[in-house]
Amino acid sequence: MKNLFSRLFNRFLLKRIVQSLVLILLLIVINFFLIHLAPGDPVYYLAGQSGDEQYYELIRAKFGLDQPLTTQLWVYLASVLRGDLGFSLSYQQPVSAVIFARVPATLLLILSAILMASVGGILLGVEAARRENSFYDRAFNTFALLGHSVPSFSIGHLLLLFFALYLGLFPAQGMISANQSSTGIAYFLDLLYHLALPSLTLAIVQLAQIMRLTRAAMLDVLNENFIFTARAKGLSERRVLYVHALRNALLPVVTVIGSDLGMLLSGAVLIETVFAYPGLGRLTLEVLAARDYPVLMGLFLLISIAVTAMNFVTDIIYPLVDPRIKYRQ
Amino acid sequence: MTFYDDINIQGSSPLGNFRRVLKHNKAAMLGAIVLTVFLGAAVFADFIAPFDPLQTSLETLQTPSPKFLFGTDDLGRDIFSGVIYGARTSIFVGISVALFAGLIGVFVGSAAGYAGGVWDDLLMRLTELFLIPPRFFLVLIIAALFGSSLFNLILILTFTYWTTMARLVRAEVLSLKARPFVEAAKVAGATDARILFHEILPNALPLIITQMTLMVGGVILLEAALDFIGLGDANHISWGFMLHNGQHFIRDAWWIIVFPSLALAALVLALNVVGDALNVALNPKARSAYIDKAV
Repeated sequence: MKNLFSRLFNRFLLKRIVQSLVLILLLIVINFFLIHLAPGDPVYYLAGQSGDEQYYELIRAKFGLDQPLTTQLWVYLASVLRGDLGFSLSYQQPVSAVIFARVPATLLLILSAILMASVGGILLGVEAARRENSFYDRAFNTFALLGHSVPSFSIGHLLLLFFALYLGLFPAQGMISANQSSTGIAYFLDLLYHLALPSLTLAIVQLAQIMRLTRAAMLDVLNENFIFTARAKGLSERRVLYVHALRNALLPVVTVIGSDLGMLLSGAVLIETVFAYPGLGRLTLEVLAARDYPVLMGLFLLISIAVTAMNFVTDIIYPLVDPRIKYRQ
Repeated sequence: MTFYDDINIQGSSPLGNFRRVLKHNKAAMLGAIVLTVFLGAAVFADFIAPFDPLQTSLETLQTPSPKFLFGTDDLGRDIFSGVIYGARTSIFVGISVALFAGLIGVFVGSAAGYAGGVWDDLLMRLTELFLIPPRFFLVLIIAALFGSSLFNLILILTFTYWTTMARLVRAEVLSLKARPFVEAAKVAGATDARILFHEILPNALPLIITQMTLMVGGVILLEAALDFIGLGDANHISWGFMLHNGQHFIRDAWWIIVFPSLALAALVLALNVVGDALNVALNPKARSAYIDKAV
């Protein structure tokens, strides 16, 4: 335990923490400049399009829009760092409340998708590497290429048409059934039932990438000496593949799974649109239609911060997955 | 991923290599054919499409028939004509962005890689800044704030894609700079400009061409995604925009969704397969190259 502690907390970690904080500050600054570079009065982007003159005066005073730009930057930074992302006119709620109300739905979608994609992608990747250049390998490769080329919303539409509208196996939209208010197990099953298609869509896109990476990493590792040793010891092929080789091939895979939050969120926005699933994606669409800029800017900022934080977490997970890595200057 | 492990690439000319890869690989050949078909559709759309894709009519939500090959949408617009003209928009945006972003990226990347020092540091920090926000959201927010005419979209996409090329070219220039033939040119008294343009860049060209091809596919996907969430240019017909309009009618009219989706998938698939084949032909030692899929 002490060993683990010293491996995690050293100068590298400190440097990485400072780096992440600087990045987050830069993101807020970028947000500020976007608001001021956009055509028209910045007050529209700070308050939203549907306010009246009285409200705009209030916002102008709050953000000091008659002050020099540097002062405005400080005011903006201070208000964001206090956790104040502004007020949404179309929802009549603080921006942070509007956004966080939608987070659980999207989180559920993303976590279930990444679970399916990781398990499926790693399994298929190992099997493809084991049968390099066979029929299976080529079939898996073709699938990976498809997953890389077909946009997530098209995959979603095709699954929706086939499984929901043609076969009638799954609901076409929503997160829970509208006409019943179930609780307990029934509620949970209803949730899963609605989650199945959106989650599968998001998983397919990710699965293709994880599979491709696992396969490449496995092919590298399978040529190493310790694999020959393991085979020479007479271990079963399954043990060689899944215990000896996979443990070592997993590092680049974990990196990608961890650093793909941005892509998952992008995919979620589009897939939620397809399935009318009430998460951050639907929210993005609604505020785009209402020109509710404070929520849009808040979404952009929080998503970028989440991605930065996730990259940071992935970095500190490294030494746990691969003991060979020690962070030293 | 590569399908080409069994092909012996030993020709001297890159074009010959590319032809050899196409001949041995049915998928790449098919990709090249599909790509040609889409390019033809984009160029000759005025002659191929039977209707004006934005012209509404009273024949709404028609199923596919000899008159309307892919059916019509809720306003009686012909889907087949839309798919044909949509190819023009997609390919126009894809190629423009790949070209502009590619050129800026090559210029900045080679300057930084060759000059090194402070300039290099400055450039790398700048490109890292672009890597923080997810590309889709960055493009989305700029398009929402600055407007999303076709011209704006091309500018915005160029603005977010040049860094990819700059980083790649910088790395390639750094590695080429250390090769003996560059040393030789230096010893022979060549100027920096001559070394960069006559020695280094010609050798980086295969990588640049491959990356540009793959970039076209990535840009087309991202542009379609923007159109799909309603942030496109409504004055130009595009596949994403057709999907945006059609999604409300998916229960009654599958054809509004299926045909533009298939066209989009087929074009990007063809671009990726051909890009991969180009990569094998031009950079035989390289592993398969992919541009990040943003959506």
